[in-house]
Amino acid sequence: MAKRTGIEVSIAIAEAARQANVDVVSAYPITPQTHIVEHLAQLVADGDLDAEYITVESEHTAMSACVGASAAGARVFTSTSSQGLALMNEIVYLASSLRTPVIMALANRALSGPISIWNDHSDVMNERDTGWICIFANNGQEAYDLTLMAFRIGEDRRVMLPVMVNFDGFILTHVIEPIHIFEDQEIADFIPPYEPLCVLDTDNPITVGPVGVPDVYTEAKKQQEMAIRESRPVIEEVFEEFARRYGRRYRPVETYRADDAEIVLLAQGSVIEAAEVAVDHLRDQGKKVGTVELRLWRPFPFDDLREVLCSTSIKQVVVLDRCISFGGPPGPVLSEVRSALYLEKDKPMVVGVVAGLGGRDISLEEYVEMFEIGEECLRTGKDPGEEPELVKIVGLRE
Amino acid sequence: MSVVVDSIKENPVEEFLRTDRLPHVWCTGCGIGTTVNCFARAVKECGIPLDELAIVSGIGCTGRVAGYLKLDSFHTTHGRPIAFATGLHLANPKLKVVVYSGDGDLVGIGGNHFIHAARRNLDITVILLNNFTYAMTGGQVTPTAPLDSIETTTPYGVFEENFNLPHLAASCGAVYVARWTAYHVMQVKKAMVEALNKKGFSFIEILSPCPTIYLRRNRLGSAIDELKYYKEHSVIQHGADTREVGITVRRPEKIIVGKFVDIEKPDYLTAMNKHLSEVLGDKYVRWGE
Repeated sequence: MAKRTGIEVSIAIAEAARQANVDVVSAYPITPQTHIVEHLAQLVADGDLDAEYITVESEHTAMSACVGASAAGARVFTSTSSQGLALMNEIVYLASSLRTPVIMALANRALSGPISIWNDHSDVMNERDTGWICIFANNGQEAYDLTLMAFRIGEDRRVMLPVMVNFDGFILTHVIEPIHIFEDQEIADFIPPYEPLCVLDTDNPITVGPVGVPDVYTEAKKQQEMAIRESRPVIEEVFEEFARRYGRRYRPVETYRADDAEIVLLAQGSVIEAAEVAVDHLRDQGKKVGTVELRLWRPFPFDDLREVLCSTSIKQVVVLDRCISFGGPPGPVLSEVRSALYLEKDKPMVVGVVAGLGGRDISLEEYVEMFEIGEECLRTGKDPGEEPELVKIVGLRE
Repeated sequence: MSVVVDSIKENPVEEFLRTDRLPHVWCTGCGIGTTVNCFARAVKECGIPLDELAIVSGIGCTGRVAGYLKLDSFHTTHGRPIAFATGLHLANPKLKVVVYSGDGDLVGIGGNHFIHAARRNLDITVILLNNFTYAMTGGQVTPTAPLDSIETTTPYGVFEENFNLPHLAASCGAVYVARWTAYHVMQVKKAMVEALNKKGFSFIEILSPCPTIYLRRNRLGSAIDELKYYKEHSVIQHGADTREVGITVRRPEKIIVGKFVDIEKPDYLTAMNKHLSEVLGDKYVRWGE
């Protein structure tokens, strides 16, 4: 049985990679991800994990080595943050288009400049269209569980795509939480050895990653698009099996006190649990509020989101973005949520706010302010800004 | 007693420091601050007007230098200070551009820029603090870590060969190459003055104690022990064959220090102006002269 242990979330994630018995780890140090790969280096050195640990000279090389190792048939894990992910970007696209199921733990951190080592979501949003399956954890237990599930999802023969598990830098990576760590055997049953679909093999030579001339490029992209869409049922199967085995159920879209809510705050990552405190506080005052968590970011859970938001009691959604889409609608989550609801007839209004950039804390009062923005929209029937696209930053010092 | 107190009220290099940013982030015993002190004195001595001097750093402990010096400075991304400096220098050749960063930054993630700037003989000065580790992120292995070094990503010791930095710089084309340690404060300052006044790619490697990470993890004692070791085991060999100066083990019997290379060669802009003048004749407008 799983033991509940006080453990640093980074170490728990590294333990998940060990329990998944990865073959290759390649990573480069970057705050706040570093403890994950340091722990893996120690496990490999101690002989507790039979894997190659490749110390590389940059994240670009780390992801290149991961894709190379995956093409050779290895189960591969890496971890990074912020600038590291941005530097990997070129190869991040390759991992998905070459269908190499690399698993990445992404400790979310703001992108430069100015230089910030603290948490927001600008790093992951920069990778939105890279074709990776992208999932958010909002606490340490979820980060551990989702890292385990990522192997099952990404390596499934019907999927064969890389998976990015997101968890907030420092807020999660550096805290010690009570986490249920499973017995190794339990995980061995859940995550069988990886059986790659096609590998580089000198007896049966293949070429990975050749030029896609105009004759085939479009079709290759269509296949990639189909692959990530078709991963949806597999993701739910894995969530379902995890719930059956271990009793914790994950959903592509999670809700808190949203059943009879009129106003919901929609967000991703660790802010959700803080927002739930604000919800309880406002519920005590008789306000009908709740939260919606967009756990699955890619593939985008259109149906689940519509089921939660449309033809229900919810009249107003306040989307909290943790990064800015400069010159566009305030943030990427807002645009996507609005877009997903566009054709629906019975849908709530959607307003966007931006907060928690570069490690700025969001206070209870500020969550309350976000709900008040929702209330105001509902009352007046329009966004509080003079223009709907005006960036509303909550917690901005003026 | 009061006389002593009065005399230390103002740091002699205070005019070069952004005192509003102090205290700095460096640990007690770290050698970076010592070299910044040397650098401030070198700036004073080299004769280059302050408004013609720019300093560029990358990421890491030494990467913080640009933030503490009261000069025009550019704190860039990890590994890229030489690339930023290339743009800075070529767009404004009047500026003396100094890159001041660590081993992980300049020859780990940024190694490509280092070899190409040296190859082209770009007229910049590169000051590299070598503490044999990625100290700021907690002590992962860098390409300078000697064999058997204990790092967080090599808990049972390094087994890869490391870089011999003076040789790397010299073999790529640097016109000035020196190595000193954080113990050799006068020599460091003098080398900095020479490098600042050198036309072309000048490079100084400074070995620097990292008591919090590298020394502690490798059980090499305190920063004082390391400085004593530098003092007792450094052998000055000006003009030494750079092939022979590699630091391959943690505590070699001798560390060869000194000025290894000081040659004359056309720098990038000089070569560019000469070549394009020959090819294009009067149509070419010479740049940066």
